[in-house]
Amino acid sequence: MSRTGRGFRSSRPPAIIWLPVIFIAITILLPQVYLVLRALGAGDQVWELLFRARTLEILGRTAVLTVAVTAVSLAISLPLAWLTTRTDLPLRRVWSVTTALPLVIPSYVAGLVIIAALGPRGMLQQLLAVPFGLERLPEIYGFPGALLTITAVSYPYLLLALQASIRGIDPCLEEASRSLGHGSWATFRRVTLPQLRPAIAAGALLVALYTIRDFGAVSLMRYETFTWAIYLQYQTSFDRMAAAALSLVLVALAIIILLIETRTRGRAQYHRSTVGVTHPTTELKLGRWRWPALGFCVFIVLFTLVMPMSILGYWAIRGISAGEPLRLAWGHALNSVYISSLAAIIIAVAAVPVAFMAVRYSGRISRLLERATYVGFALPGIVIALALVFFSANYATPIYQTMVVLLFAYLILFLPQAVGSIQSSLLQVNPRIEEAARSLGRNARQTLLSVTLPLAKSGIFVGAALVFLTTMKELPATLLLSPIGFRTLATSVWAATSEAFFARAAVPALLIIILSSIPMALLVIREKREGREET
Amino acid sequence: MVGPIIDQFASATGIDVQVRYGSTSEMAATILEEGRNSPADVFYAQDPGGLGAVEHLFAQIPDSTLNQVEPRFRSSEGKWVGISGRARVVVYNTEKLSEADLPDDIWGFTDAKWRGRIGWAPTNGSFQAMVTAMRALWGEEKTREWILGIQANQPGVYPNNTTQVAAAAAGEIDIGFVNHYYLYRFIAEEGESYPARNYHPRAGGPGAVILVSGAGILDTSQNKETAERFLEFMLSTVSQQYFAGQTFEYPVIEGVKTHRLLTLLAEINRPDIDMADMADLEGTLALLRETGVLP
Repeated sequence: MSRTGRGFRSSRPPAIIWLPVIFIAITILLPQVYLVLRALGAGDQVWELLFRARTLEILGRTAVLTVAVTAVSLAISLPLAWLTTRTDLPLRRVWSVTTALPLVIPSYVAGLVIIAALGPRGMLQQLLAVPFGLERLPEIYGFPGALLTITAVSYPYLLLALQASIRGIDPCLEEASRSLGHGSWATFRRVTLPQLRPAIAAGALLVALYTIRDFGAVSLMRYETFTWAIYLQYQTSFDRMAAAALSLVLVALAIIILLIETRTRGRAQYHRSTVGVTHPTTELKLGRWRWPALGFCVFIVLFTLVMPMSILGYWAIRGISAGEPLRLAWGHALNSVYISSLAAIIIAVAAVPVAFMAVRYSGRISRLLERATYVGFALPGIVIALALVFFSANYATPIYQTMVVLLFAYLILFLPQAVGSIQSSLLQVNPRIEEAARSLGRNARQTLLSVTLPLAKSGIFVGAALVFLTTMKELPATLLLSPIGFRTLATSVWAATSEAFFARAAVPALLIIILSSIPMALLVIREKREGREET
Repeated sequence: MVGPIIDQFASATGIDVQVRYGSTSEMAATILEEGRNSPADVFYAQDPGGLGAVEHLFAQIPDSTLNQVEPRFRSSEGKWVGISGRARVVVYNTEKLSEADLPDDIWGFTDAKWRGRIGWAPTNGSFQAMVTAMRALWGEEKTREWILGIQANQPGVYPNNTTQVAAAAAGEIDIGFVNHYYLYRFIAEEGESYPARNYHPRAGGPGAVILVSGAGILDTSQNKETAERFLEFMLSTVSQQYFAGQTFEYPVIEGVKTHRLLTLLAEINRPDIDMADMADLEGTLALLRETGVLP
């Protein structure tokens, strides 16, 4: 039996693995079934709509934006990840946390803030008006604004994946390369970078799919993407059939991206193949490069975190001083934290069998299932929500508009985030450890619980944290499916901004950011401590 | 926004009211997907298009309720009734313009001197309702020319009314086509020195049309009598005064005063058109797609 480092080809996964996976597979297929049903009911004009020049143009613009956001995110994340894990950058831990935080900001809020700051007559223009006589800034709307906004809130997906991966790299490979005469740069290019490929692929996948499904930022920045076109169908002609047909095109786009990612990830093994001892990597001394590196970190954090929070704080204060009562809405905050925690735990647990099956029992079906989970992440929230409305209202009425259906929606939407991070963790675990456990008498289930899971711990925690914060800011599914009266911080932000009460929106928006930051910060600090303990 | 008045209904009658909030299109789509299993009793929408999409699922409203409101503010078949009035206006930046600078009706904005100074929101339901009114009042040809004329002036495209008002006040655009009440919410948050005001076109026309938010009772409802009581309550003096005083909208019944900052309904030169005349949303969307405004 050949060892490719991937796992037990000959054995079947235990029931504890494949039972949940089947169940999850059925759940994540529900939206696709709904879409096909609705699209079939579409009239002939829908086909005409799909192939019209404007539609193809919109598809093109979506593709361009996705590529651009992914590229810029990688350009930001790679240096940041390296600086915060492998160098002697001052205040490394602070930068590690703060550069990952922008993920907690809802894209709609980020868009409003960027327009307020950098719009043609925004705050920056007001600042520069007197000394430089600038009447109007160039338009931030369109592609530049969309690129800026979406990159600012989604690059942390890549950053987190890269940070985790860099920490798990075996330093002896790099040392071997150096001892053979390669310089730092060559070592990085030929030894380190290839090892980062799965992390880059996984992170880039999340960034790309996030870009496709985003509506808040692109609608504010007036950049017409496919998701925008889908929402338009719902908004203007109330045509669910046409929207479903367009959504299926989005699914096709997501599948293409998934194929690209699979190719990029490669099939190499990423864990140590010889017996050895993990020893700490030596920190890279930055020397003079410390100042530009610091400047880079400061700039990123200022733009993606400090600026949005300051503007939100300013709106909140301005509103309060104009007499707007300060409603802290602790009930909404509690609801948000409650449902997000629940979702994080359930989805992280659900992701384990899927990730495990994909890595250790990788056959065609399990790989397909793992890929299929990502399609849910690419679909706009309203599509998932309506699919579940259709199924639960008509076929499962007792659970309609209860927490159960809402959690199903979150599962479909956010499972891939947890699966991705657990997979990355698992890939770095040597299957020989599990084989050793088996040979010592543990069965498959016991091995999973006592050997593999503890080793994949960090991936599980990262996955749970990601699910927590994306659930905190989730809007369309929550609006449609939550039990009546269950209001979250995200729905309060929406209610306020849709009625032009920005001060009222600012406080819950700030609360979302602050509350979501706590697990993020804990996670990153924990990663640092783990890294230190292992040495 | 309507939360407080619904709470008042609940405490006055002892009836437990469960409200699901959402955007009109999402709520309409939800009701349509729920179909016969819809738990909803009442659908209350800001957007005439939304009411139209769900109208075939509504039950007949009793005449006693319908007759409290002018015929122009309810569905011609008695399926839904208007609850609060919204005037279409032009919001303008007061630092750059005064009312005298503005044309008599919105046709005037097709003039080349307005190039780069206009904002609009073609994806917004109220804007589309205004265009539907335009087609009814001015005819298809003149409406097409208006759309093309504004397009030629390179308008800023906004997703909704709120962003237009904010942009007008910031000076990003000089004028925008919005519903009247958003301005007052900004003024409430920022004070009366807020540099934007509403203009009701002095010569009337579609730019001054009065729209309504409306509600209907779902045919699948198990609580039709209670739903009828709810509609009655929304049309009572108490509720109408709430809309006038707190949300800055226009009452649809007689005898209720509007907010002091608003222009009196009687003083607006509004066009003579019913909500029934504005039912043809499909035609408006076709026109907007044909002119390239919508994809």
